[in-house]
Amino acid sequence: MDIVLSNTSGKPIYQQLFEQISAQIVKGELDRDYCLPPIRTVAKELRISVIPVKQAWEELERKGFIYTMAGKGCFVAPFKPRDLESKRNKLVLAKLKKDVAYYKELGLSLQQLLKLIRSHYDS
Amino acid sequence: MEILSVRNLCKKYEKFELRNVSFSLEPGYIMGFIGKNGAGKTTTLKSMLNLVRPDAGTVAMCGEEFRANELELKQRIGFMLGGVTFYPKQRLRVVTKVIRRFYDEWDDAVYEGYLRRFDLDPDKKVEELSAGMRVKYALTLALSYRPKLLLLDEPTSGLDPVSRDDVLELFQEIIEDGERSILFSTQITSDLEKCADYVTYIKNGEIVASSEKDDFTGAYRIVKGTGDQFTDELKQRLIGYKKNAFGFSGLVTAEDAPRVDHLETSPADIESIMIYFEKEHRE
Repeated sequence: MDIVLSNTSGKPIYQQLFEQISAQIVKGELDRDYCLPPIRTVAKELRISVIPVKQAWEELERKGFIYTMAGKGCFVAPFKPRDLESKRNKLVLAKLKKDVAYYKELGLSLQQLLKLIRSHYDS
Repeated sequence: MEILSVRNLCKKYEKFELRNVSFSLEPGYIMGFIGKNGAGKTTTLKSMLNLVRPDAGTVAMCGEEFRANELELKQRIGFMLGGVTFYPKQRLRVVTKVIRRFYDEWDDAVYEGYLRRFDLDPDKKVEELSAGMRVKYALTLALSYRPKLLLLDEPTSGLDPVSRDDVLELFQEIIEDGERSILFSTQITSDLEKCADYVTYIKNGEIVASSEKDDFTGAYRIVKGTGDQFTDELKQRLIGYKKNAFGFSGLVTAEDAPRVDHLETSPADIESIMIYFEKEHRE
């Protein structure tokens, strides 16, 4: 599991944790039933307080990425490839909605937007 | 279950009063205790430990009322109050020999471990230690019987940034098993940004806030503007403010922030919240 937190991104710590770990699960970098380290160990290692880690873990559980076994810890939920895809699409859609709204506000047409995406996708 | 609970603690002196001080902490967390010099941090800690006799209020640690179980509870809590005064002419190993006898759960292996970790030489005399070394020695003593709860008065003051970082990392290690908690007072707010889960802020003997750190900072916004924008109506909303030659800056509650959104606003950190609170009613 890799985590790199930014102090300047303006994104809350718990959200950064959630996004990075969920991305690794969706990409299949963390196998099913992989045991996540205890929240206080994560806090200690990253030199942050316990609460944002707890919030991130709760969010991961709520969205079905991990499951908890009392007294044992948190584990990556078992996904079928199809589930993973739908999880990924959900994450993409949530972000896309916000971004598209922003581009619309700036007056971009769909054609212009697609052109921009195409020119940047490969670079 | 709460590992520490302070309810309506009161203590009246001629010129200072602790009024209804209440806060609590669950196992596995670190709480920072902040406030200006003379705000009542040390008095609160001493009242909790019955070193100062409170006029009213209750204190419970590890689920037990403190004053009724003082001797027994002191086996399970570690404390360090400012002005560490061990006998200056004695060697550390002698001081330790005296102190270890008070604690049934004293663990020599833990003690030796901290001596090594902090680079403390047991053959040195107390008076030969620097201020920072004395703090480390006092912490070593407080940790060697593996207490469930640590109450520390400014444990990081007098430490250089590297030692301070060591101590904060140690705090996070201590709570790692989720069963122990730490309450520590500090003037160095960056210590709290690094490791505290909760912040309790005391001002003039009263608790202003005791909450999760992010809720504490999230409850306020810094607002800035020009001299013309500093209207009486705005002044009413400001918790505290500073005027300068070109404009002003001040603190508003997050609730009030939308009402000042024509001005430049930014998130507040612990230090600026304290500064503006203390600037209340001041021109």
